[in-house]
Amino acid sequence: MMSAADDRLQTGSTTFFPVHSRLTAMPTSSRGRRQDPMSQLPIFQNIPPGTQPEYFHPPYRSSLKRAPTRPLVLLPQTLSERTGPVFGHAAVTTSDSDLTSQHAGPPGGERIVVNGRVLDEDGRPVSGALVEVWQANAAGRYKHKLDQHNAPLDPNFDGCGRMITDADGRYRFTSIKPGAYPWGNHHNAWRPAHIHFSLFGAGLLSRLVTQMYFPGDPLLEFDPIYNCVSDEKAKLRLISWFDWEHTSPEFALGYRFDIVLRGRIATPMEK
Amino acid sequence: MILQTDTQNSGTNVPTASQTVGPFFSIGMCQQRLSNLVPADLSTGTEVLTIRGRVLDGDGQGVPDAILEIWRADRNGNYTGAQNECDSSGVPGGFGRIPTNQRGEFEFQTVKPGSIVSNTGEVQAPHLAVLIFMRGLLKQLVTRIYFPQESDNECDAALKAVPAERRHTLIAAQPGSDKNELQWHVHLQGDSETVFFEA
Repeated sequence: MMSAADDRLQTGSTTFFPVHSRLTAMPTSSRGRRQDPMSQLPIFQNIPPGTQPEYFHPPYRSSLKRAPTRPLVLLPQTLSERTGPVFGHAAVTTSDSDLTSQHAGPPGGERIVVNGRVLDEDGRPVSGALVEVWQANAAGRYKHKLDQHNAPLDPNFDGCGRMITDADGRYRFTSIKPGAYPWGNHHNAWRPAHIHFSLFGAGLLSRLVTQMYFPGDPLLEFDPIYNCVSDEKAKLRLISWFDWEHTSPEFALGYRFDIVLRGRIATPMEK
Repeated sequence: MILQTDTQNSGTNVPTASQTVGPFFSIGMCQQRLSNLVPADLSTGTEVLTIRGRVLDGDGQGVPDAILEIWRADRNGNYTGAQNECDSSGVPGGFGRIPTNQRGEFEFQTVKPGSIVSNTGEVQAPHLAVLIFMRGLLKQLVTRIYFPQESDNECDAALKAVPAERRHTLIAAQPGSDKNELQWHVHLQGDSETVFFEA
């Protein structure tokens, strides 16, 4: 159910496409571009150098024994890569986009509203895309049996959300700002505060798992995961913006995180 | 500037950088168990395959925090799950998601997809497209599972792009007498390193 606070948020926003009306009113043909076999499938171009990580990244110790060592084989782009799973709206409920309302009480921490657009390489919105998010609680602890960090679990916080983008490619969820936490990569290693994102786009090659960071975090400079790409602009795009427009008075700070997925829809000229 | 506006409405955008799923992906990516890629309306007599294997690191140790995603065509070679054909949970047909266990093992059930014919007449052998995510990988691995004793393997363009001596890493093995029980291991490194693609 939408809370009163959520309703207030939405009426205060001029750009956001409300989740609840989208779920009931969005026509199933909203991804019709993809339903015409072959001719309208996405095409995938080479990725600009330095904008995606390499598998082998020695500062990230776990990559040493897991990164492939042999040359990758160039895969012809077939139907298997140019199509991808399209999730139905039954995959999400409205409570999936409010991580602060999944238990009897509110979780501890600083409430935030994260929103953004999912776009393809042509800047076109990717609508109907499943977005999954997961994160630590405000103390920097994940609700996972293998997280042994000596920080308290929050009985009111699971840290899991799911959304489907609207016709403009927008998503939005309410949560709390995750805490930083230590990890064993190197002496006194701490992960900057981050939220994990998983996205399905127009084709299998659009598939993206990434992390959203927060502006001004002093830990970013020292984090081998954030620093895994050489292109400075590509790194900066992983940092969300403080979003005054979506900051809700007396309720929550807004952050904006736009995401670009691989692929672009071929125009008829390109067939 | 405090406010960010929709500046990315035109022109070419660079895809967002990938980051690792980390060790705790099950919080966000395993809400449903998706290790069964067998359609609910399967006609009687259709064979169901079980594919088992392990994900092994450069020391030959099982990787306990990996997750495989499977994407397959239906038995007629059509990607119906790309066309809003979902089950009651909203999960598209032909999509599966299987985390490894503490020993690095995975197992899933599926029907065998058909050969896939493109609109230009090119034939792909039956296969499962596979993405693999894990802590330690900053982006997913891309690979495929093919089937043994499959005549179309000879003409498959992706298999032909693979050096002949490494093709076996992409073809599931039949360890016993039951042709529906298949085995496919993922060797991240080493002499029998699995072929991984870039595309």
